[in-house]
Amino acid sequence: MNDNHVNAIVIGAGAGGGVVAKELAVAGLTVVLFERGDWVTYDAHNDDELMSQRTHPFENPFGPDNKRHRRVFVESDGTPRIVLPHEYPFSNNAACVGSGTVSYGAMAWRFMEKDFLMKSSYGHVEGSTLEDWPIAYQDLEPYYEKAEWEIGVSGDHNGNPFQSPRRKPYPMPAFAYNRDGQMLHDAAEKLGLHPFPIPMLRNSVRYNGRPACYRMRTCVGFACPVNAKCGTHNTVIPVALESGNCELRTNCQVAEVMVNDKGLATGVKYFDENDKGHIQTADIVVISCAAVETARLLLNSKSKLFPHGAGNNYDWVGRNLQGHAYTGASGIFEEEIYDDVGPGACWAVGDFNHDNEGIIGGGALCNSFFTPPYAFTRLRPPGAKQWGLEHKEFQRKNYKRISSVRGPFQEIPNFDARVTVDPEVKDHWGIPVARLSGQRHAYDRIGCQFMADRAEEILKEAGAALTWQAVGGRGLSGDQHQSGTARMGDDPQTSVTDKYGRIHEIDNLFVADGSLHVTNGGFNPVLTIMALGFYIGEYIATSWKGGTFTTR
Amino acid sequence: MRQLCYTCGSIAILPACTAKYSTWRFLTDDEAKLLIAISEQFIPADKDPGATDAKVVNFFDKQLVGYYKKHQETYRKGLQSIDASAINTFHKRFIDLEWDQQTKFLESMEVGKLPKEDWGEINQSSLFRMLLDHTMQAFYGSPRHGGNCNYVSFKMLKIDYPHVIGQNRYNSNSMDPNQKAS
Repeated sequence: MNDNHVNAIVIGAGAGGGVVAKELAVAGLTVVLFERGDWVTYDAHNDDELMSQRTHPFENPFGPDNKRHRRVFVESDGTPRIVLPHEYPFSNNAACVGSGTVSYGAMAWRFMEKDFLMKSSYGHVEGSTLEDWPIAYQDLEPYYEKAEWEIGVSGDHNGNPFQSPRRKPYPMPAFAYNRDGQMLHDAAEKLGLHPFPIPMLRNSVRYNGRPACYRMRTCVGFACPVNAKCGTHNTVIPVALESGNCELRTNCQVAEVMVNDKGLATGVKYFDENDKGHIQTADIVVISCAAVETARLLLNSKSKLFPHGAGNNYDWVGRNLQGHAYTGASGIFEEEIYDDVGPGACWAVGDFNHDNEGIIGGGALCNSFFTPPYAFTRLRPPGAKQWGLEHKEFQRKNYKRISSVRGPFQEIPNFDARVTVDPEVKDHWGIPVARLSGQRHAYDRIGCQFMADRAEEILKEAGAALTWQAVGGRGLSGDQHQSGTARMGDDPQTSVTDKYGRIHEIDNLFVADGSLHVTNGGFNPVLTIMALGFYIGEYIATSWKGGTFTTR
Repeated sequence: MRQLCYTCGSIAILPACTAKYSTWRFLTDDEAKLLIAISEQFIPADKDPGATDAKVVNFFDKQLVGYYKKHQETYRKGLQSIDASAINTFHKRFIDLEWDQQTKFLESMEVGKLPKEDWGEINQSSLFRMLLDHTMQAFYGSPRHGGNCNYVSFKMLKIDYPHVIGQNRYNSNSMDPNQKAS
């Protein structure tokens, strides 16, 4: 079945795709925005810890579902196994309108100047594909600003002395610290560090017609009951729909991008909610499915000129899978530090992100989101008994006395941490599934140890009676901060897209999500993904002259 | 409004708390008794309620015909193995062992040190970890999944329950996000 031709198809209504769809629709292009999931609400799972984005022993509350979706995960010993969406190695993000921006913790970081210049700053790292971005922070700065104002960020304009130059303040004031944050702030200052409140994609005051956050203890992992958390589902996507130019098609699984013999994308093949196959044609196709699914879709889009998948003639699609190596320390205090002023995370230091002797990159350190009761059963110093009266006593005594300081270490990309498509396993629709294989670069462990040491120092300075580290950096990365699999670059032989996110050699096929990230910063990546959405969306809207998009 | 929420809350959790032990959906009575004994070892009653009081076994039974259907066989065979091993080691079924013997048994099972011959294809330490993990989910998760009856674990941790959305801190006269919780 063929649908009416439109100007642009955007695949994936998440942080990147939601923004691009809005930019194109308000510029007057007709847009179909595909989403494999559906709208979700707070009421479906409210504050149920076992049905949260962070803890999901049963199934994913924000999708994708276990019935229709699969991936293959290759163990470190080379053994492949099928994994379900709710199992950890699946490396899930989300599948719903707004994707991860519905349930995220909403930290709103801009990457730093050096994050775009990792190779220039640190040189070649053996065994890595560390590289500079083809664009600089300054190129993206106006779009970070757009993201902050259109989607909504609360923060202290002058809070972080290490931040890269910014022109405009945040649209909303920063959130005040909770007790934990204030305690860590004082300790960090005593250590000569530079603490500041975390910028958040959450309303600290009424903004954009939505109310202020009232600081529930449950936030990260859940939809917001009062709509105070700012995602694409309650900002740009509604704007796109109100323009009259954008049609959102939920519960649709895109199978492949069709590329013709001239090397141009003509549209997509997809399945609707009743599993009926369709063809949707368009002048422009934008893929925003997050690093794993974007790579899968490109690899599954085979054509005469691209027999190994769209943009994959040099075998770079799916390579350099990154995320963040989370690392840090926890401490038990004599006094209760938990004050129920959610969501927990509110304090950060940027001192360990770049310019630390002997360390490549680094990352932010933050206090943690409140740990709900079941997850807390795993928060233990090494050697602690996990059950019996000892378990119960620990829960009871320490639930309100533990502070954790953690952060996302900027991973060193490597060529073999990758997404391919499995030669045998297919999903519900018969589409070959993503296969994840490889390991993090060995350096990540070193960087994570450095950051965990710093986190422990801060907790000790704050007066923790007992501290211990949880050092990350092993295994394969990906997960909710997944990135890197359609790297942007100037050379078609060593990258997948050009600096506007356009697939090299396919003029009208774009990527707009974390897949583009050459490196993933020492920060949560969502604001960068949104900024790229504004940047790429604007480029397409202003360069398009009608008809099939081409620069030839 | 707050009263209303509490009322709704108790209606929602009523079935989990009143289910009789003879109406299991998957478990046999013997299996249920065994799971009650094991989970009580994991989270024993003291001044606060334990796993039995929290009706953790309801969670097992409910999930074994729901999300944990895939674990049915492991549960069935695994619980048999536990009793077989208890009889071989202590000459009694698990539930008939003294408290301290039960503890000792589980400590050995946790590290896979019980005699191998009673376990067939069941990996004793994996089974231990699964039972422990499911017990924790039952005791600390939402009552809607069958356990945590009357939010006993939330009371123990001194966090408010049910979690009344915003009612406990939202002052509609002020939009100040930085007001501290009372």
